[in-house]
Amino acid sequence: MENSRFIVSSSPHIRAGETTQRVMLDVILALMPALLAGILYFGFKALTVTIVAVVFAVAAEAAMQKLMKRPVTINDLSAAVTGVLLAFNLPVTAPLWMVAIGSIFAIVIAKQCFGGLGYNFINPALAARAMLLASWPVRMTNWVTPGADAVSTATPLALVKEGIQYAQGVPAAAGGEAAGQVLPSLTQLFMGSIGGCIGETSALALLLGGAYLMYRGVISYRIPASYIGTVAVLALLFGKFDFYLMVYHLVSGGLFLGAFFMATDYSTSPMTAKGQIIMGIGCGLLTAVIRFFGGYPEGVSYSILLMNIATPLIDRYTMPKKFGEVKKSA
Amino acid sequence: MNIRTLTFKGGTHPPHSKKATEMHAVERTLEPKLVIIPMQQHIGAPCEPIVKAGDEVKLGQKIGEAKGFVSVPVHSSVSGRVVSVEPRLYTGGTVVTCVVIESDMQNTVHPDIAPKGDIENLTADEIKTIIKDAGIVGMGGAAFPTHVKLAPPPDKKVDTVILNGAECEPYLTADHRLMLESPEDVVDGLKALMKALGVKKGFIGIEVNKPDAIEVIYNAAKGIEGIEVVALKTKYPQGAEKQLIYACTGREVPSGGLPADAGVVVNNVGTAAAVAKAIKTGMPLVERIVTITGAGVKTPKNLMVKIGTSFREVVEQCGGLNGQVGKIVAGGPMMGITQFSLDVPVIKGTSGILILSEQEARLPKPSNCIRCGKCIDVCPINLMPINISANALLDRFEQAEGLHAMDCIECGSCSFVCPAKRPLVDSIRVAKREILARRKKAQSK
Repeated sequence: MENSRFIVSSSPHIRAGETTQRVMLDVILALMPALLAGILYFGFKALTVTIVAVVFAVAAEAAMQKLMKRPVTINDLSAAVTGVLLAFNLPVTAPLWMVAIGSIFAIVIAKQCFGGLGYNFINPALAARAMLLASWPVRMTNWVTPGADAVSTATPLALVKEGIQYAQGVPAAAGGEAAGQVLPSLTQLFMGSIGGCIGETSALALLLGGAYLMYRGVISYRIPASYIGTVAVLALLFGKFDFYLMVYHLVSGGLFLGAFFMATDYSTSPMTAKGQIIMGIGCGLLTAVIRFFGGYPEGVSYSILLMNIATPLIDRYTMPKKFGEVKKSA
Repeated sequence: MNIRTLTFKGGTHPPHSKKATEMHAVERTLEPKLVIIPMQQHIGAPCEPIVKAGDEVKLGQKIGEAKGFVSVPVHSSVSGRVVSVEPRLYTGGTVVTCVVIESDMQNTVHPDIAPKGDIENLTADEIKTIIKDAGIVGMGGAAFPTHVKLAPPPDKKVDTVILNGAECEPYLTADHRLMLESPEDVVDGLKALMKALGVKKGFIGIEVNKPDAIEVIYNAAKGIEGIEVVALKTKYPQGAEKQLIYACTGREVPSGGLPADAGVVVNNVGTAAAVAKAIKTGMPLVERIVTITGAGVKTPKNLMVKIGTSFREVVEQCGGLNGQVGKIVAGGPMMGITQFSLDVPVIKGTSGILILSEQEARLPKPSNCIRCGKCIDVCPINLMPINISANALLDRFEQAEGLHAMDCIECGSCSFVCPAKRPLVDSIRVAKREILARRKKAQSK
């Protein structure tokens, strides 16, 4: 049957099946192993925190868009991703009202106020974490040991900072405030049965998710590899070539969560290939400096936030050399 | 067969969608009763019609005289009587002067048409004259007059001819079938082009998704000195001139320059075959192979179609339209031009008629750029499409120019991959046009 009118448009006339929604769904799927690990280690409260964070993030996005008379785009799932990531950056002991405030801050202030998806200049989940940490420092660092008989603990990196000693995987007792506490083993760190934020403890689960994202082409290896690589080199250097300490730094403190899921956030990381490597190296450098020389045991979230701010500049100065720019053959 | 597989940096992988027609041998269309032959089928100055209503014309008779160097004559594809010389809609989307001829169904050949002799015995200048007089243009779609490519400025040292058999546009199989069915014409055409340019090196580049064509052409070119068949990675836009030159020779055409600046002249395999035919038979370019395909057509086919046959007639010979049709595209889906109507003629550059269903043709709704950077990864020119586009959409054309908008080859890879369905190449096209207009204005001041 012939239409009276055909669609006339500019080429191309076919589009790839990839959509924003599919990209975001992939990120959510990639975060699921870490969520399962979080529930396994910290109980169902971990799931509750995550759900509350997602619900408030999505609701805040819809409400804000309604308020600004813009099309409501919660179907693109980007607000849900922010919710999950925020929950992953909170201790399981976080009160739910605080989680809700974090979600609202992430979406309303960090994302929608700057124009919404793609226009925010800092990672909304990390911005919210920083805000919460500044506002409720005690509640935000109330770590517990995994398991049913959860007791107060410190994160492995905090223990390292306080001078807890170890020798080839066998932690030794030490003096200082944290006396009596022992350092978790590398296996514990890798599996995630340690104190820390809901989604940051299991290096294994995060690695699985990161591999999935790379397989799906959602992220490239550039930021995670250069980030983790830089931390490895600097930890070795700053730690006086203590190989064990280097591995310890890699699998703890949310480095994998940051490297695979936070530093790769599209809106706030460079788009150029060279820029992404600079982003990774910059994050790695800042993380290592904060961890070794700063007053703060974990440096991942602040280093990413700092590099977020540098992103527009990085993009500008790493514009790829265009094809045919080299020589003018006579 | 020991050949290299080459490619360029960037690019994307749209679904091939070639299965429907790649195994279908080229069939002849039925003799059209009426042909509409536009006087402008090429890039350059339009032709002046040299016949008027009521005139009798023969097959192969010149009916439009080229005006200017960048122009080629147009010939009648039938014998019969001129009905009218009038403005008609053509595939370029505008109205141009067309000669409308009613066929007498006899196909009486014009008496001047005779074989031109052996390529070996012709001089370079004779070959160029034959090509120009036969009205031969780039058959890949752009329809740039071939004889102009064969006359590079004297300061450019051309040493290589490349034939483009990549056919990287999805859906299209016209070049594929041509290579399978007339490999000698392709190779002889290349020989003629090399002789016309006085070069010793010729490449025929074919994507590896056409292994049969690679084999057939390889065998046809075996033993001919200087001709190399090159297997190209299947990737869009492998057949883009600059990308093809890079893949075959490793040379980059300088920004803003011509292939001749890299010492290369590129022609489509279809163009080469047309050159060989013009030399062997003396018949000018009056017909071509067209792939008629897409979900919107009942029986997709490759057809040998006389220039001037209407899309409607061609589609009817493929069983007619199928279901609700959304888009009619002259050419392939990545760079083809959509049509207002089926009542437009097939012209020298019509490599395909792609008919998309209403669902396929639905325009996607753009959303916010998520800065995934995929457009940057796929751009074969290493541009940042999203940045050019963002500036273009705000009418900031100077910034767009600073981001090298003018280097864009409009392949559409960026728009294709964009998950947010941004109108990337569309807005870059707008920027290019605006920048050119401003340059012209500045010059005339």
